[in-house]
Amino acid sequence: MKNKIITLILTLIVATAFGQDDVYPAKPFSGRLFIINGNVHVGNGQVIENATIEINNGKIIQVAQNIAIPQGDVRVVDAKGKQVYPGLILSVTDLGLKEIAESVRGSNDFRELGDLNPSIRSIVAYNTDSKIIGTLRANGILLAGVTPDGGTISGSSSVVQLDAWNWEDAAYKMDNAIHLNMPTFIIRPRRFGGGGGRLQQEEADPTKQALDKINEIKNFFRQAKAYSQEAIHTETNLKFEAVKGLFDKKQKLFVHADQVKQMLIAIDFAKEFGFDVVVVGGSESFLIADLLKQNNIAVILHEEHSLPAMEDDDVDQPYKTPAQLQKAGVLFALNDEHEESRFRNLMFNAGTAAAYGLTKEQALQAITLNAAKILGIDDRTGSIETGKDANIIISEGDILDMRTSILVHAFIQGREVSLENKQTQLYHRYMTKYGLK
Amino acid sequence: MGKLRFYSLSKCLFLFLFFLLSAYSLVAQTTFPENDVADPRNNVFAFTNATIVKDAQTTLTNATLVIREGKIIAVGSNVEVPKDAVIIDCKGKFIYPSFIDMYADYGIAVPERQRTGFDFRAPAQMTSNTKGAFDWNQAIKPETDASKIFTVDDSKAKPLRDLGFGAVLTHQKDGIARGTGVFVSLGNEKENLVIIKEKASAHYSLSKGTSTQSYPSSMMGTIALLRQSYLDAQWYKSKPAKEGLNLSLQAWNDNQNLPQIFEANDKWNDLRADRIGDEFGVQYIIKGGGNEYQRIDDIAATKAAFILSLNYPQAMDVEDPNDARFISLADMKHWELAPSNPAAFEKANITFCLTTADLRDVKLFTANLRKAFDFGLSETKALEALTKIPATILNVYDKVGSLDAGKLANFLITSGPIFNEKTTIIQNWIQGKKYGVKEEEWNDIKGTYNLTITSANGSLNYVLDVKNNNSANVIAKDTLTTKFNFDGKLIKLSFSSASNNRRQQSHDTTAQSAMQQRGRFNAGRGSATFLLSGVANGEVWNGNGEDSAGNRFTWTANFVKTAPTATDSTRRKFPPRVGKVAYPFDGYGWDELPKPENILIKNTTVWTSETEARLDNTDVLVKNGKIAQIGKNLSDASAKVIDGSGKYLTAGIIDEHSHIAASSINEGAHSVTSEVRIGDNLNPEDISIYRELSGGVTSAHILHGSANSIGGQTQLIKLRWGLDDDGLKFKNWDPFIKFALGENVKHTTSQNNIRFPDTRMGVEEVMMDAFTRARDYENEMKAADANNKKKGVTPMVVRRNLQLDALVEILNKKRFITCHSYVQSEITALMRVAEKFGFRVNTFTHILEGYKVADKMKAHGANASTFSDWWAYKTEVQDAIAYNATIMQKEGLNVCINSDDAEMARRLNQEAAKSVKYGGMSEDEAWKMVTINPAKALHVSDRTGSIKVGKDADLVLWSDNPLSIYARPLTDIIDGTIYYDVERDLMLRKHISQERNRLIQKLLAEKKSGAPTLPGTPSFEVLLSCGDHAHHDGLITIDENEADGDVEINSNK
Repeated sequence: MKNKIITLILTLIVATAFGQDDVYPAKPFSGRLFIINGNVHVGNGQVIENATIEINNGKIIQVAQNIAIPQGDVRVVDAKGKQVYPGLILSVTDLGLKEIAESVRGSNDFRELGDLNPSIRSIVAYNTDSKIIGTLRANGILLAGVTPDGGTISGSSSVVQLDAWNWEDAAYKMDNAIHLNMPTFIIRPRRFGGGGGRLQQEEADPTKQALDKINEIKNFFRQAKAYSQEAIHTETNLKFEAVKGLFDKKQKLFVHADQVKQMLIAIDFAKEFGFDVVVVGGSESFLIADLLKQNNIAVILHEEHSLPAMEDDDVDQPYKTPAQLQKAGVLFALNDEHEESRFRNLMFNAGTAAAYGLTKEQALQAITLNAAKILGIDDRTGSIETGKDANIIISEGDILDMRTSILVHAFIQGREVSLENKQTQLYHRYMTKYGLK
Repeated sequence: MGKLRFYSLSKCLFLFLFFLLSAYSLVAQTTFPENDVADPRNNVFAFTNATIVKDAQTTLTNATLVIREGKIIAVGSNVEVPKDAVIIDCKGKFIYPSFIDMYADYGIAVPERQRTGFDFRAPAQMTSNTKGAFDWNQAIKPETDASKIFTVDDSKAKPLRDLGFGAVLTHQKDGIARGTGVFVSLGNEKENLVIIKEKASAHYSLSKGTSTQSYPSSMMGTIALLRQSYLDAQWYKSKPAKEGLNLSLQAWNDNQNLPQIFEANDKWNDLRADRIGDEFGVQYIIKGGGNEYQRIDDIAATKAAFILSLNYPQAMDVEDPNDARFISLADMKHWELAPSNPAAFEKANITFCLTTADLRDVKLFTANLRKAFDFGLSETKALEALTKIPATILNVYDKVGSLDAGKLANFLITSGPIFNEKTTIIQNWIQGKKYGVKEEEWNDIKGTYNLTITSANGSLNYVLDVKNNNSANVIAKDTLTTKFNFDGKLIKLSFSSASNNRRQQSHDTTAQSAMQQRGRFNAGRGSATFLLSGVANGEVWNGNGEDSAGNRFTWTANFVKTAPTATDSTRRKFPPRVGKVAYPFDGYGWDELPKPENILIKNTTVWTSETEARLDNTDVLVKNGKIAQIGKNLSDASAKVIDGSGKYLTAGIIDEHSHIAASSINEGAHSVTSEVRIGDNLNPEDISIYRELSGGVTSAHILHGSANSIGGQTQLIKLRWGLDDDGLKFKNWDPFIKFALGENVKHTTSQNNIRFPDTRMGVEEVMMDAFTRARDYENEMKAADANNKKKGVTPMVVRRNLQLDALVEILNKKRFITCHSYVQSEITALMRVAEKFGFRVNTFTHILEGYKVADKMKAHGANASTFSDWWAYKTEVQDAIAYNATIMQKEGLNVCINSDDAEMARRLNQEAAKSVKYGGMSEDEAWKMVTINPAKALHVSDRTGSIKVGKDADLVLWSDNPLSIYARPLTDIIDGTIYYDVERDLMLRKHISQERNRLIQKLLAEKKSGAPTLPGTPSFEVLLSCGDHAHHDGLITIDENEADGDVEINSNK
């Protein structure tokens, strides 16, 4: 057989030659690629067993059983006994903006000063050389929505693909959303002094403070809308310019909100301004799932692996929230914003959702096609379907379960990307030291 | 003539009377010069015809009380009234001993606590700011003498007198050792005269108050400081030369013979305080927190007397369901049940007294006492708790607390039985001086009077129907619009000769009488208004007045007949319908604690964590809390059978590194705090216990945080949800201690650290220094022991040092280290320090660069306890890799996976499974990392951690392969008792929903009834952590950076 069959072993041998700084982005691959014999999880709920995926010039040509492999210069990857999925999408993250948590200021570019910052763009600070990126790729996360933080309006996020030389290379969809942090209706207490200090409640009325702030934001958008209708500006306002895309729905408004009242205000924004509103966070969204559905508000659930908000809550509430949204018909994605494991457990958040009420394919959809829809990139990715980019991963087994979630191949736009990263490098280094390999 | 002699002879009545006369002549002269003509008085009063309640047990009817010069000289039915006595006829009145409040700060300025939030980045304050020869710690100030700072403050005394109080114990409520309290009367006299006992008590608390010194910064640090202070004071008695003069320790010792009062303010703190007392032979009197009813058996076991506030939580406004959502069931239940606290004490036969302390407004005292009666508190007990008991506790029952000859004339004159709703306190006599409370109530003027108005034009006759001091009606043919006021002596009365039926309806008794009158008479016309003023003199009132035409007149009102007395509201016979006390006091608590059972789990897949790792289709029998049998086709008639088919049975998960179930985690003020103990401040009601049971955890090692190089002593617990703090403890285990290295202990996040060390070089030296001091200390102790056994030598006294005691235990391999560690240099450095001193580091925890020095660790003999995949949250974890556990395991180390996180602990099975993914560990080895491996690291593998006959029955039944993300625990067994069951959990969810709803309806009704409500305030949950990393969980969870006793504020995350 003339076809080059790339095996797992071969990949590893090639990869071990790299040092961390030598983990290169893959070369463009414009040829034909066939992934054969795999169990293809399309991303839309469908599973095609023992299927073949035909890829040409980075795009998926077809997915079906019994596709004939042509002779000649084609690359074939045998996925026999393995599970094939669309590349996973981390919807909202500070990846590439925050390297060493918050403790090393010099490594951070995720939070700008100021309160209304719609013109701030995350993409220009996105660091493709972040050592964290490689650990995500190795777990099948191929796309990420890089998002700024801080202030009330933080700026715009962009979607990047995770195998790039620089941010212009990485950009998959620029400025897809404007991010708004909804003011809180809960004021946290302070504790004074040392042991035994009692919690003290702030005296200000949190509801009034929140509503004042919300009025201020609405005023901003009302004026921005008027500005957008003006043909020629005598004075240019970059902040108004930055949100023009919201009014003609070229951008979405991502509202970071967890409390019910915050989400009700988010719905109000959608109604008043006609924005495409997405709730980010949404830990209390299960309480108003029907309302969210009625108003076509999508939700990005930040982190399922959280404690219940209240001691009285069902102990598994965060775990089963996705199933409650699914039942109500809400469009939702699952996200991972865990500061310590650094987002590499995205698929296990989905796994937990599957353990608590979703089907495995629904759970998968929440980190692939649903995420793509919410980010506005579902015309290009999110599922293994004809016409889309070949963003595909292959796992030894069920990717949602850590026992079997072992990646063997990952492709972004048809090119096979390295699964090596700083951690695998150190692993090989010390296995060698101890003579364990 | 000395007073003492007379006291000793005072049994003799003659001499006693003689003494009284002598006393009189003694006090007649004082050092205070007169600026007036001298006005000496006997102040002798006789209160006759009264119902006298001498004490809660003794009531005399138609009795007489005689007082002279501020003291009671006689009480009884046949008392001869002295000739010089002013007689006060108390017919119909009751006389009680006035009340005593043991927990006041009356007349003592309370230092203001600085209201600036603690600044994590501010430099620490290592030494006390108090100038002078005092204790090293600013919060230890036993030298504070309340009698020296007390000043009379009548604006504060009057509200207390109005409630019936006559004397209070007052002290400065600030600091951990607060000094002495002074017992004073509430009279408005010079301080010299109101002080009854100069030093009546010594006071302690668990709050450092205004102390700005960094240490202690935690509950366990506070407890350690108290314990060390007891030892220091003992040692100080030997007058150690190096210490010099220490006025604080001297005062500490001087105060020991006084009643020792400890402000604990919470049910668990009550127990903590009591244990400190037990250790040093002190039985504290404990000021409680109002939630003791939730653990009344534990409270009774302290054998302490309690001081209880009647400060109940206010109802909250729950009209907005989005606000109500964040109010916990526990908070709502406590609102409902708090008034049952005193009754619970009475029922449990615990000595207690009542205080006005902590009330939002002292006036609430009476109403709140009535609520306590509704819940079953008896009036007799309440009276005792306000009189005899506090007097007895303070050793002043010879002076106050009952109405007996020789005692202070502190008594109340009331209109009826003291606790009746309609009764008023008319006068409060303190040290023989009258203080009016509601003097206008002295004369019961209710009744019917004939009113005659006489003017030049002749007389008009009316009937005056007096309802009370502020309401009366003048009745002619019709009832007239009347205004009336009687202030005890003067009368103001006005009426209009025309009736006004509409107004009358609201003023007069019933609408029915108004109807009748309307039917008989037409409203009068051509009305005149009469304005009357006068004086009441018994049953005949006289005065003058003017009518609206300007005619002057005089008037007389003569009493005709008394009004029928309204029956007083009777006490509710049945306590109100309320929820039950659950253990713990929240939705997931037990109404009755679970008991061990014999359990047979049939036909299941057993993962043993032993050599033969998996047994298919096997039965496991649990008896008497132990694993009794493992095999096929087992049977036991006494056992409850659980069908395990299709399921998996494992040993319960052991979390080697946890920070749940404690009130504080970090005592970070000093670099060495081996004196503090997590076990001193366990919180058995942390919901994390239940949540972790739902994730299959049965044991957890509760560690001190990582704020300092040598942290505190740890506590291994079993998750026995529902038991008290002692019940959680893993009994008879080898004690451990937490150490830490690296960024946290060198305060990397602080901008201006002044706490040594600031580098890893310094961290190593802190360890060297600590163990060097410990070794010297041990030698000194041994030398002292040897010396003191010899005869005729001067005894050597060495200061017992709790900090060094713990380190000596490490040197002697009686205490074991689990050390927070990250990078390879510091790991190696600590191992070498240990080796120099001849011991081994038992466990390195976190140990994220363990893979770099696994060979050295193996040679040293350390265990490793790590995270599966955490990294990049600070500089020292840049090289952390998910393959760490696998490499260390392959290199031969005993490896555990821990959580260090209340959320992740619920998924430790999955964290273990990640080593299958990262590095290809076998499933059996992976499973051991959360069961038998941590048991070995903690020296309890002979008791738990695997399924083996004879071991504790700590078991979990899973729905699926336990390493799978799809697996869920169905049943958790600890020592043969089922502490978690998925079916019960579902039942509890329903119960919580019902109870919440019931209480919300009750709160809504409370608001509707007009009771004041607070805005709905979220029941914030403080989540303790290492101080290492912030994992934000939940909307109303607070991550506490306990390293500096601060709370992080995350308003929008």
